[in-house]
Amino acid sequence: MAMLEVKDLHVYYGVIEALKGVSFEVNQGEVIALIGANGAGKTTTLHTLTGLLPAKQGSIIFDGKDITKVPAHKIVHMGIAHVPEGRRVFSELSVYENLIMGAYTRKEKAEIAESLKTVYTRFPRLEERKNQRAGTLSGGEQQMLAMGRALMSKPRIIVMDEPSMGLSPIFVNEIFDIIQKVRETGTTVLLVEQNAKKALTIADRAYVLETGKISLSGKAEDLLHDESVQKAYLGE
Amino acid sequence: MSFISYLKDGISLGSIYAIIALGYTMVYGIAKMLNFAHGDVIMVGAFVILAAITKAGLSPLLSVLLAIIVCTVLGVTIEMIAYRPLRKASSNLAVLITAIGVSYLLQNVALLIFGADAKSFVTVIDVPALKLFDGQLTIKGITIVTIIACIVIMAGLTFFVKKTKPGRAMQAVSEDRDAAQLMGINVNATISLTFAIGSGLAAIAGLLLCSAYPTLTPYTGAMPGIKAFVAAVFGGIGSIPGAMIGGILLGVIEIFGRAYISSQVADAIVFAVLIIVLLVRPAGLFGKNIQEKV
Ligand SMILES: Nc1ncnc2c1ncn2[C@@H]1O[C@H](COP(=O)(O)OP(=O)(O)OP(=O)(O)O)[C@@H](O)[C@H]1O
Ligand SMILES: [Mg+2]
Repeated sequence: MAMLEVKDLHVYYGVIEALKGVSFEVNQGEVIALIGANGAGKTTTLHTLTGLLPAKQGSIIFDGKDITKVPAHKIVHMGIAHVPEGRRVFSELSVYENLIMGAYTRKEKAEIAESLKTVYTRFPRLEERKNQRAGTLSGGEQQMLAMGRALMSKPRIIVMDEPSMGLSPIFVNEIFDIIQKVRETGTTVLLVEQNAKKALTIADRAYVLETGKISLSGKAEDLLHDESVQKAYLGE
Repeated sequence: MSFISYLKDGISLGSIYAIIALGYTMVYGIAKMLNFAHGDVIMVGAFVILAAITKAGLSPLLSVLLAIIVCTVLGVTIEMIAYRPLRKASSNLAVLITAIGVSYLLQNVALLIFGADAKSFVTVIDVPALKLFDGQLTIKGITIVTIIACIVIMAGLTFFVKKTKPGRAMQAVSEDRDAAQLMGINVNATISLTFAIGSGLAAIAGLLLCSAYPTLTPYTGAMPGIKAFVAAVFGGIGSIPGAMIGGILLGVIEIFGRAYISSQVADAIVFAVLIIVLLVRPAGLFGKNIQEKV
């Protein structure tokens, strides 16, 4: 059985139907890419997944449990961490305080300290800047902080919304390297990206979202060589 | 010597404004709404103390504790019944109008129960006055208690917000409600806690206000409430040190205005100062730069 199963999701903003029956699944240990043009509904999908938006119809099953109606603040406790679009770090708090906020639902001090060490090893830049106010970090550093903060909850699956958005090529490569490393530790990844080429390169499977519907899905490698995908999303 | 005497009166009155302003500023910072009923919770607190002592014969200490509990429960209940259902509403105006409605409701319920005539408040705080400079300057016991209370509350709140887990949750909710939820923070519970703290402080403010100016009517909380709101905006709404400094400055300006200019226009001076400050620094003294937020 899939770890995460999204079935026939319909989501509205007022009267506008943003998701028109989205279905996909994610298996334990996979990296899944969700690609699509601006306004296709990628962010909406992730927000519904983590309870920030209500679904009008459809269901979300995680580990066999129906989490469609679980409120957002209980989602992270179940093992799903969400790195939101635009990073959304707490800019008034220090880097360290942001990371500790990521471990909000955890109780064991020693385990939190252990996770902090792991995050600092993975993101040495964050350790160098641990007392700096998050609002003063560069965009790439803020993205790292948002990822580190999500990892502090020790998630089983991490969902990321356009982590490479607005970053210089060097940072983009670094972010994708880190995603690889995250998956190597056994964490499942659901990756929303506009940088379809990069995303398809590191993903196992992928789904293409088009105006609120999944239009195409398959092995990432196959999609990378699919003509229609190349034309629409890879600029070739 | 009269200058120093006015100054201490100003700081004392300002300390009360500061405690009320803390309630305004915390609720604004975290729930992003102006709770215009906050001033009336002060009045409720004062009436609870008065009734508990004169009608029920409770000790002053128990009466104050009772008032704190009643106000805390009242604040949390108001939030839950009146404001929470509107939280997802698209217009902030709806919440503002509701808050004004709650304010009138509290005043009218008090009117119904206690009547319109002014009651004289009882002595709750009995601390001897301090005589300085061979008796040229007398500082009343209540003045000393008020100033100390203000400092202790301010320090306690700062510690709470910066160093405790629920305090950090408040900071997170204040900055980004959705991101806070993704961390596992229960936004509704955090907002309830904010209302609880603000309303509990309102009970203490009611005690201090009516101890310094011992008449009590259903409208007693309204004007200090508005002035404390001015103080909070003056200091930079959302900022705890801003509420403290804003409150004290406002108290001092009001007393000086009354003493040196005219007691009739003292309130007008207070609001004039607000307008000037907002023209020069739209975010208030300690407010965050608007640009920084975008
Ligand atoms: N708060 C909102 N109110 C109304 N409509 C919205 C809202 N947020 C998104 N939409 C609409 O829903 C659709 C899907 O938006 P969504 O943000 O999910 O797209 P996306 O795939 O994440 O796009 P992008 O790549 O630009 O981030 C769009 O048509 C958008 O205009
Ligand atoms: Mg998006």
